[in-house]
Amino acid sequence: MARAVTTRRKSLNTVLAWAVGLLIFFPILWTILTSFKTEAQAIASPPLFLNFNWTLENYAIVQERSDYMRFLWNSVIIAGGSTILGVIIAVPAAWAMAFVPSKRTKDILLWMLSTKMLPAVGVLYPIYLLFIRLGLLDTRGGLVVVLMLINLPIIVWMLYTYFREIPGEILEAARMDGASLKEEILYVLTPMAVPGIASTVLLNFILAWNEAFWTLNLTAVDAAPLTAFIASYSSPEGLFFAKLSAASTMAIAPILILGWFSQKQLVRGLTFGAVK
Amino acid sequence: MYLKHALRAATALTFVATAAAHAQSITIATVNNGDMIRMQGYTDKFTEATGIDVEWVTLEENVLRQRVTTDITTKGGQFDIMTIGMYETPIWGANGWLVPLDGMSAEYDVADILPAMSGGLSHDGTLYAAPFYGESSMIMYRTDLMEKAGMEMPEAPSWQFIKEAAAAMTDRDADINGICLRGKAGWGEGGAFITAMSNSFGARWFDEDWKPQFDQPEWADTLNFYVEMMTESGPAGYATNGFNENLSLFQQGKCGMWIDATVAASFVTNPDDSTVADHVGFALAPDTGLGKRSNWLWAWALAIPAGTQQEDAAKQFIEWATSKDYIELVAENEGWANVPPGARTSLYENPEYQKVPFAKMTLDSILTADPNNPTVKPVPYVGIQFAAIPEFAGIATQVSQEFSAVYAGQQTVEEALAKAQAFTAEEMEAAGY
Repeated sequence: MARAVTTRRKSLNTVLAWAVGLLIFFPILWTILTSFKTEAQAIASPPLFLNFNWTLENYAIVQERSDYMRFLWNSVIIAGGSTILGVIIAVPAAWAMAFVPSKRTKDILLWMLSTKMLPAVGVLYPIYLLFIRLGLLDTRGGLVVVLMLINLPIIVWMLYTYFREIPGEILEAARMDGASLKEEILYVLTPMAVPGIASTVLLNFILAWNEAFWTLNLTAVDAAPLTAFIASYSSPEGLFFAKLSAASTMAIAPILILGWFSQKQLVRGLTFGAVK
Repeated sequence: MYLKHALRAATALTFVATAAAHAQSITIATVNNGDMIRMQGYTDKFTEATGIDVEWVTLEENVLRQRVTTDITTKGGQFDIMTIGMYETPIWGANGWLVPLDGMSAEYDVADILPAMSGGLSHDGTLYAAPFYGESSMIMYRTDLMEKAGMEMPEAPSWQFIKEAAAAMTDRDADINGICLRGKAGWGEGGAFITAMSNSFGARWFDEDWKPQFDQPEWADTLNFYVEMMTESGPAGYATNGFNENLSLFQQGKCGMWIDATVAASFVTNPDDSTVADHVGFALAPDTGLGKRSNWLWAWALAIPAGTQQEDAAKQFIEWATSKDYIELVAENEGWANVPPGARTSLYENPEYQKVPFAKMTLDSILTADPNNPTVKPVPYVGIQFAAIPEFAGIATQVSQEFSAVYAGQQTVEEALAKAQAFTAEEMEAAGY
């Protein structure tokens, strides 16, 4: 009897999980489907789900109108660069907070997180002026630094949480064996925190990839990433939903594929230390 | 010998590098709409003729507005040409942020630009932006449904007629709404429509002393009329409908009438996208007999930010893109219905363009719009669906949110107007008016 209940509960959980998964995925699925419709089919009422004349016309138009590869390359550089730079800075910071905490560590962590509460537009002008002065407008380097700074609180917080799960005695033992601070972080701490670091890297890569305020406001031609590519197909005066959907699909495809292949790592990292 | 060859090669390379360095390039920020995208397709012809390369930054209208405003106010120098509208041009021109467009060539024929357009894009008589295309607003209606309702649309109807016709055309069972109008919050969306409509009811944003006028009966009349008509004959959820939502409804045969931008005429009469393309008629935007109609005036125009290093090249591009020759180039390749409308007088004198079904009504609508004298009572501002002062966009966005809350049934007309009056008065006082 108990076994039957367990099986029924498992089935119920599976159905529920699929339902929630589909619900979350539905907007993306709808975007992908719309990208294969004509503009007239895209606004049809009642909406057409699968019974429409599938066309690749929108992809052809988007490909012809925009240099997709340039936008993609900029996205890769900006998202990748900001994530790597962020991790390089955050690992020692999180180490210090996790293993050598001071009286004010918690306050510092909260203060770091509080910087995320300021609306980005509030500092647009100071940063824009700074970028003009430093010649960083429309450069990938400038965006790497800005996105790194924006995501740094999250990276530090995540790494701090993972590091706290690692017993301090292991690091002590390494120190007893004569490991320097650099060796301790590089050869003892980092390998043990790989799942946590991997999920932090992935999450921040996704956040940087999707960032659409600074990437739109600080770029023009040379450093414009995929967010600018999508924005060029949106219009309040004219129906371009099918083309916009094609551009969106092309913009999210790389990150969807990356997420799909690294989901195990991501889940492992996110649940690291959740159950003791 | 070897050294000689090396020197020659180095010299040749230097020449090539110098030539490459001297190849001019301009960057243009623009909006995403059919006419602008079409122009991007013809840019190669400009480059072939002048040797000037063109880089495009195409953005959604609101993103573009924020982007170019940030750049011009900080002198960022990211763009050599900016696509801006009638709201920004006089303000930016007055601030010295734009290069005056004087000294255009004789062939360009500045005098050919429609006076309403050149007036709205000037400050103190100096043109600061060249109109790429212009628009007013007008009624687009279903001729078959109007006939079925036993009514005939006058060329210049009143709001009362529109209300009665909308009720007669509404067929809820067949999912047909008598009228579709913008209700979406935003100064350029529902805010633009209700402001233009209020002009015909005798309302105004400010009196001559810049005092807000939402506490006057004309505003209550406007909003009460709008809400009553839309409740009776409008689509469900009209509080969130903007241009695109109404375009979609009209194209699918779900609107009897739609009052909106004249550029929509080419969309609703295009059989590829519209199911009602053969049954569309046009009329002037309605009035109440007070002497002002409810049509607006707008232009997307090309302007040169002060301080650009490429002023001459930018001027050359603007001359090309807003010239009579460009219109003919588009007509030759894509037909007269697809040329950028509303900018030049000569276009409307062209017998070929006169054959386009919406050409006359578009011109008549533009000609009846006067941004320098937009309201029944006198006002201190320029602009029909906006007041050309820097504070307007922020204030009008907030006010239109209050109005949209009325359309959504979340508050009464009186409550919304009281909030609009208080908020606007506070903002204007803070701004020093």
